[in-house]
Amino acid sequence: MENADTASYVDFYHAEGKHKGILSWLLTTDHKRIGLMYMCSMMTFMLIGMTLGVLMKIEMLTPGKTIVSAQTYNAMFTLHGLIMIFLFIIPGLPAIFGNFMLPLQIGARDVAFPRLNLLSWYFYMTGGIFAILSLFLRGGPIDTGWTFYIPYSIRTGTDVILPLLAAFILGFSSIITGINFVTTIHRMRAPGMGFFKMPLFVWSLYATAWIQIIATPIIGITIILVIIERLFQMGIFDPALGGDPLLFQHLFWIYSHPAVYIMILPAMGAVSEIIPTFAKRTIFGYKAIAYSSLAIAFIGYFVWAHHMFTSGISETSRFIFSLLTFLVAIPSGVKVFNWVATLYKGSITPGVPLLFVMLFVFLFSIGGLTGLVLGSLATNAHLHDTYFVVAHFHYVMFGGTVMIFFGALHYWFPKMFGKMYNEKIAKWTIPVIFVGFNMLYFTMFILGYEGMPRRYWDYLPKYQTLHVISTVGSWILVTGIIIMLVNLINGLRKGPKAPMNPWGGKTLEWTVPSPPPVYNFEEIPVITHGPYYYGGEEEK
Amino acid sequence: MSDYLSGNNPGSVQSEHEEHVHRDDMSSKIGMWLFLLTEVLLFGGLFLLYMAYRVKYTGNFHDAALELNMKIGTFNTLILITSSLTMALSIAAMQRARKGLSIFLLVSTQALGIFFLINKFFEWSAKFHHGLYPGSETLLNRPKGEYIFFGMYYAMTGLHALHVIAGLTLLTFMLVFIIRNKVNPDNYIRLENSGLYWHLVDLIWIFLFPLFYLMR
Ligand code: HEM
Ligand SMILES: [Cu+2]
Repeated sequence: MENADTASYVDFYHAEGKHKGILSWLLTTDHKRIGLMYMCSMMTFMLIGMTLGVLMKIEMLTPGKTIVSAQTYNAMFTLHGLIMIFLFIIPGLPAIFGNFMLPLQIGARDVAFPRLNLLSWYFYMTGGIFAILSLFLRGGPIDTGWTFYIPYSIRTGTDVILPLLAAFILGFSSIITGINFVTTIHRMRAPGMGFFKMPLFVWSLYATAWIQIIATPIIGITIILVIIERLFQMGIFDPALGGDPLLFQHLFWIYSHPAVYIMILPAMGAVSEIIPTFAKRTIFGYKAIAYSSLAIAFIGYFVWAHHMFTSGISETSRFIFSLLTFLVAIPSGVKVFNWVATLYKGSITPGVPLLFVMLFVFLFSIGGLTGLVLGSLATNAHLHDTYFVVAHFHYVMFGGTVMIFFGALHYWFPKMFGKMYNEKIAKWTIPVIFVGFNMLYFTMFILGYEGMPRRYWDYLPKYQTLHVISTVGSWILVTGIIIMLVNLINGLRKGPKAPMNPWGGKTLEWTVPSPPPVYNFEEIPVITHGPYYYGGEEEK
Repeated sequence: MSDYLSGNNPGSVQSEHEEHVHRDDMSSKIGMWLFLLTEVLLFGGLFLLYMAYRVKYTGNFHDAALELNMKIGTFNTLILITSSLTMALSIAAMQRARKGLSIFLLVSTQALGIFFLINKFFEWSAKFHHGLYPGSETLLNRPKGEYIFFGMYYAMTGLHALHVIAGLTLLTFMLVFIIRNKVNPDNYIRLENSGLYWHLVDLIWIFLFPLFYLMR
């Protein structure tokens, strides 16, 4: 085989399987290949979503029409939201890095249900294709916003059913992945790896998988009901027929709030991997971090109505949901403090992944703190449905999850592809992204505070300066991201060969060659230490 | 953590180097139970809505329920409960290596399932005949709560009927597997899991029945 250096081993790219060529991917049950297939499809959707975002920002350069009509703008933010949420960031880290790394990190040869794993990718692709197809069908692209609020979503003439179906199928894909991961973590850990010897990324995948299982069915049924409402006038949500649109909002957010933890928990897990590796020090407060993942998953289930403070729910429920929302900050804070404590007195190497973590901590903190502003009742009434909200969720999702998505990409890239990228260029993209990001979104906080509503195509002239700064920021940001991606692709094509353990990580994936052989481990390892053991005495 | 749910048990031994998909019945079971949980939650959303609307339109719900046919409902309940029994017996027969009996009981389960659907069909057509369907003149002139009642009725029993159909399909696969000895006394986890699914479908009906037919 081609791997001349280690004659005894064949990596999973070159191993002979049942099928050849493209079929060796499309029919594979290897968790590593499935992870990479997710990666390719997801990055494509991400780029489409970003293109839409940039086009929207160009439209906002001037009041009134700049490049597209108001209706097109509506369709654009809807599609942008749908793609970013359902096709990119919800499957995000679990589907790519979870699939690839989970079995490696727990010392297993694959996930519990490899064939279901492949099936979930096909569901994912079907959902994605439906979403794109719906653009070209009768009625035109959906314009409801990604939240599908009733009654507009049963009145609009645009094609709502197909995108809803897409979201339903994507939910199914997400559930299958969740079931697969929970079962895998319970059944396939290497001998000696108790729950508290699992890497924290695995813990976060575990908590996430439970949310996927418990929350997703609720959006499933909600979507089905909206579809039949449109088809048969069931009346269940339609106020004209006696239904209650508020109940739709409840059901929608019972899923969609926990979904934000589906987005962020795996990212936090990845942070907990990167920090010990680059601080050369065992993680501080392992158990606290592990439990805080579960706590976030749990509390996150009881805060959904903070999206409905201005929708007409009772004073009591507003008060309770506001209080509960504040509680989520506690386990999140636990994590941040433990990360910082790990870095303290560590021998830190500022590798690219760690720099992304720094970027994450900065941006995510802004996102989180402004979340508290929105969680308070009085300020919420003022800021609800303004650009302040748009800024907030981009800081959390983009500045939080997506930055760690990039960080994880740089962290595990050598393992996944067996190649190194140019670290110097990678480092330089980070300040570019930082500047672009804050220009793009910090301005939106101010815009929102001054009263610019979200999802508006037109605006008063007084907002223009900030919109222009924001738009220029989006160009800088995207330039940074493109340089970053090109650098990775160059690394893939002609980068030097990556060693087994380029960063000095301690978790199991670094004990197998890069890229790993098909069955991961020649021999299943026996675990005696915690996941981040750098010698010395261990915390019990 | 119980022994089943932790690692370091036979299930985590992955010695088959060439066989990529290893067999672990406990994993299959955990997977199935998790899936059933998602099904319960799927219906849970509907039950939640039912509850909210029942509180909002108590009187209307009461009136509308009088129009459902309690006889068919009771009959169908009996049918489904019996089918759960035959399902469980079919698995028991398989465990005792009595293939023929197992097949017979499985087919009986399916027959009962189909019987249930036929009744459902007649029940629904009678309702349609009386103009009791979403969007009909008759219903639009009724109080809003009754409209919602029938909306919920069709949504919940309809989704349930779809699950019966899915269950029947699943059981057909099992039938083929048994005939081809893919499901056999040494490896009948798939039959067991299908049984679990069938029981769930039954169980959901057990809740739908009182909510629609008995609470009047
Ligand atoms: C180049 C990057 C991006 C740009 C320029 C961008 C820009 C925008 C703009 C202009 C809006 C519409 C604001 C409005 O009119 O209300 C928007 C909405 C949104 N964006 Fe982004 N965005 C980007 C990346 C992302 C990412 C990475 C995510 C999530 C992971 C995301 C999620 C969303 C969501 C959920 C909405 C709300 C859609 C709706 O209102 O229905 N965006 N974005
Ligand atoms: Cu929320």
